[in-house]
Amino acid sequence: MLEIAFKGSKNYWLWIVLLLAVIGAGTIAYINQFTNGLMTTGMSRDVSWGFYIANFTFLVGVAAGGVMVVIPYYIHDYEKFHRITILGEFLAVAALVMCLLFIIVDLGQPTRVLNVLLYPSPKSILFYDMLVLNGYLFLNIVIGWKVLEAERNQVKPPMWTKPLTYLSIPFAIGIHTVTAYLYCGLPGRGYWLTAILAPRFLASAFAAGPAFLIILCYFIKKFTKFDPGWEAMQTLAKIVCWAVIANLFFFLCECFVVFYSGIPSHTAHLQYLLFGYHGYHALVPWMWSGFILMTLGAIFLIIPKLRNNYTLLPVSCAMIFIGAWIDKGLGMISGGFVPSPLHHVTEYAPTGNEIMVTLGVYATGFLVLTILYKLATTVKEEIRG
Amino acid sequence: MIKSRRSFLKVAGIAAIGLGAAPAINFAASNSHGTGEAVMTKDPEALLARRWGMVIDTNKLDEQIAQDIVKACNNAHNIPDFNHEVDKEKYPDTRPVNKKQEIKWIWEEHFNYAFTDKEDEFLAEKFKNLDFLVTCNHCKNAPCTQACPTQATFKREDGIVMMDYHRCIGCRFCMAACPFGSRSFNFRDPRPFIPKINPEYPTRTKGVVEKCDLCAERLARGEQPYCVEAGQGAIIVGDLEDPESEVRVLLNENYSIRRKQSLGTQPSVYYVV
Repeated sequence: MLEIAFKGSKNYWLWIVLLLAVIGAGTIAYINQFTNGLMTTGMSRDVSWGFYIANFTFLVGVAAGGVMVVIPYYIHDYEKFHRITILGEFLAVAALVMCLLFIIVDLGQPTRVLNVLLYPSPKSILFYDMLVLNGYLFLNIVIGWKVLEAERNQVKPPMWTKPLTYLSIPFAIGIHTVTAYLYCGLPGRGYWLTAILAPRFLASAFAAGPAFLIILCYFIKKFTKFDPGWEAMQTLAKIVCWAVIANLFFFLCECFVVFYSGIPSHTAHLQYLLFGYHGYHALVPWMWSGFILMTLGAIFLIIPKLRNNYTLLPVSCAMIFIGAWIDKGLGMISGGFVPSPLHHVTEYAPTGNEIMVTLGVYATGFLVLTILYKLATTVKEEIRG
Repeated sequence: MIKSRRSFLKVAGIAAIGLGAAPAINFAASNSHGTGEAVMTKDPEALLARRWGMVIDTNKLDEQIAQDIVKACNNAHNIPDFNHEVDKEKYPDTRPVNKKQEIKWIWEEHFNYAFTDKEDEFLAEKFKNLDFLVTCNHCKNAPCTQACPTQATFKREDGIVMMDYHRCIGCRFCMAACPFGSRSFNFRDPRPFIPKINPEYPTRTKGVVEKCDLCAERLARGEQPYCVEAGQGAIIVGDLEDPESEVRVLLNENYSIRRKQSLGTQPSVYYVV
């Protein structure tokens, strides 16, 4: 089936070459980081996780978001999602590839990464995160591939894919829950030490993942002969809408508890993110834009007339996607580290080299996504033609 | 081809001689008694404890002593000094430093930073400018050892929280887990910034986390930690489980506080105030 990826239009190859160029530039930046150490990043003693872990967290959400097409189709027999289920699964694969790459590039000693398997540590949440992430990746590759292959041969997918599909649902919830547990189980970090963190992560994941899927549907419609179906996109938009509303609601719950109780070790972080703390406010404009984008997006999606508008829908989805990225990709990680456990304020901003490595990882993910989507759409074109 | 085969045979031959000679060498080395196998023995002089702890007597601490302590620790443990002028000949192309990426094992902090949960509006004047020393608390319930995915940081039976620099993958989960900011990461190769390398203690490589190890290697030789030696009585270490120990006597006779007690990590470093 992979041979399909080697036949494409001029635009297709242009896009592939562009991605390869970005991957190349990212690799050069990573070689610099590998030889000189993480000094090439903006991370510090106080802010010891930065852009890489933040993007990792966000993309775990995008991967988990794929389950929002799997549940309606496989559990509720929602036929409209039949055509896009594979898109959700392949999006999860690409997102997980990026997640694993972000973990690798974040390590100080990447050549020792297999120590995690050599000395398994069941007390460490990272151990479980490794298990669920790899498990979910494996499930999606196998299910997506087998179902697509069956579709191409116009036969029913093998029986054993069915239980695997059902298994992938708790795995999807699991990857983001366990990722939230990485943070919310740490005693000294007030911003993360909240039981609502995992639900909040899931809500923003179920908004960002399907929102991105809708945008991808537009690209697919434009560049291929495959039509994902307007009704399916509308249902997805409703899912995005309620998920983002839940996300905003959870955030307000967090704000209430933090500010009404007024416990300094908890308020300090939100204070820093939303209003500035002791004269430091690098993230304040970002955070407000993020929440405004998500709120406006929610409003545009809840009003039927606006949601049904063919040109406005991708804009609303992009707003929600970017808003969620700011919330998780910028605020969530550095917000937890500022102020430090000793209440010193060290701000964080990624360096150019760090951003280049990040873009390289994203380009790799998009290359995987492009190839997988090329397979999926071509197969679907084939059987219709 | 022939050449490489010949050199292989040469190497193999030398190796064979080595294998044959090994028992003979062992025999010679073991004074003709015993098997010649490596045996691990504890130094009879070693200082032992059921749970090591530290008491910092702030009454005996002044700026000079605090600085001496930090210096003694830094020099002995090959901790890089980012203000150190790099030897350009030995380490050409060394990039400029980012002071925010420094390494600290024990250092000075003002009261309100050392004890963030004891924020006092009307703090006694004498505490305001006093330099408290902070370091790894060797917590009884250490969150860092729980977080580590490779057990590169672990708790010994005697309560010391240790690091294995060769196993650490540099994920920095322990740094996020530590509520005291006691851990440092080698964002770069530290060697160009070590003023004078102490051959008794290993230098570290880039990409691993490190922190105070309570001078475990000195305790094993029956010596006191460097900070105790330099502290002129301001720092005492001893067995917290032994009611007769010097630390317990001090804690019994004085009022003491610990950092962030409410988190339940049970720090083993006490401050007499």
